[in-house]
Amino acid sequence: MSSTDKFSIAGINFTSRLLVGTGKYKDFAETKNAIEASGAEIVTVAIRRVNIGQNKDEPNLLEVISPDKYTLLPNTAGCYDAETAVRTCKLARELLDGHDLVKLEVFGDEKTLYPDVQQTFAAAKQLVKDNFKVMVYTTDDPIMAKRFEEIGVAAVMPLAAPIGSGLGIRNPYNIRTIIENASVPIIVDAGVGTASDAAIAMELGCDGVLMNTAIAEAKNPVLMASAMKKAIEAGREAYLAGRMPRRAYASASSPLDGQFF
Amino acid sequence: MNILLNGDPHSIKQNSTIKDLITNLQLDGKFAIELNQDIIPRSEYLKIELHSGDKIEIVQAIGGG
Repeated sequence: MSSTDKFSIAGINFTSRLLVGTGKYKDFAETKNAIEASGAEIVTVAIRRVNIGQNKDEPNLLEVISPDKYTLLPNTAGCYDAETAVRTCKLARELLDGHDLVKLEVFGDEKTLYPDVQQTFAAAKQLVKDNFKVMVYTTDDPIMAKRFEEIGVAAVMPLAAPIGSGLGIRNPYNIRTIIENASVPIIVDAGVGTASDAAIAMELGCDGVLMNTAIAEAKNPVLMASAMKKAIEAGREAYLAGRMPRRAYASASSPLDGQFF
Repeated sequence: MNILLNGDPHSIKQNSTIKDLITNLQLDGKFAIELNQDIIPRSEYLKIELHSGDKIEIVQAIGGG
């Protein structure tokens, strides 16, 4: 992998283009091992109530996934309106000592967990005004992607398919259009199922891929994390190499001249 | 007196501060606190006194996508 092919989000440089979640793992050991195998530098976390009275000897996620080693990305998962999403981000910033990079996600319904773009947009405006660096989870709508960019988000994260569906990129043409029009990093987030999905995302030209279920629900999460790391790198190299054109008919690979028959 | 702590009734001494509450709960690790939907910065924990009926939310970072 070329050492000159770095990318940055909100002014921070990163080497790995694979971003991972910390949910759905069997235990903290598996979380830690999978994330290490993935090579990810940016890791999402959720913000939830502490268990009052149960926390004496329970290890804390941040002891296993340290803010010193990883760039944490608190999310607003579970929020269905702008107000709770903004409250969540403010709590996350306080909890992480002023760290202000956040993943904004506002759902429209429980079954599809599809983004409620209106509420997401309202939240994004408030958060940007309050100096948050917002990585916004949204639909694969090229116009909305541009609107988010225009209000000053740090990255736009269109979905490949619904969260946890493992369906891969449902609309590669939309993703490609978003990438072509973008001046901020585009991270494909949600719906990736296996390594080839991640490679396809990178071949479209996106800056990175965020996934959680694809790794955590694999039969061997640590092995899948390793596969994803390679898929992201392979897809990125294929994109930079510039693929051959598709053709309707054959184009011979061996010359016709000099045939002895 | 009674306050609402993470959605459940919780009994604490009159004139307790947020700092007193945290000490009683033996909280450690990283957390953040909301009092009646306002974020309370760490620097204010000693200064803010709780009143009957106050709603406190104490949150942490956990695994999520």
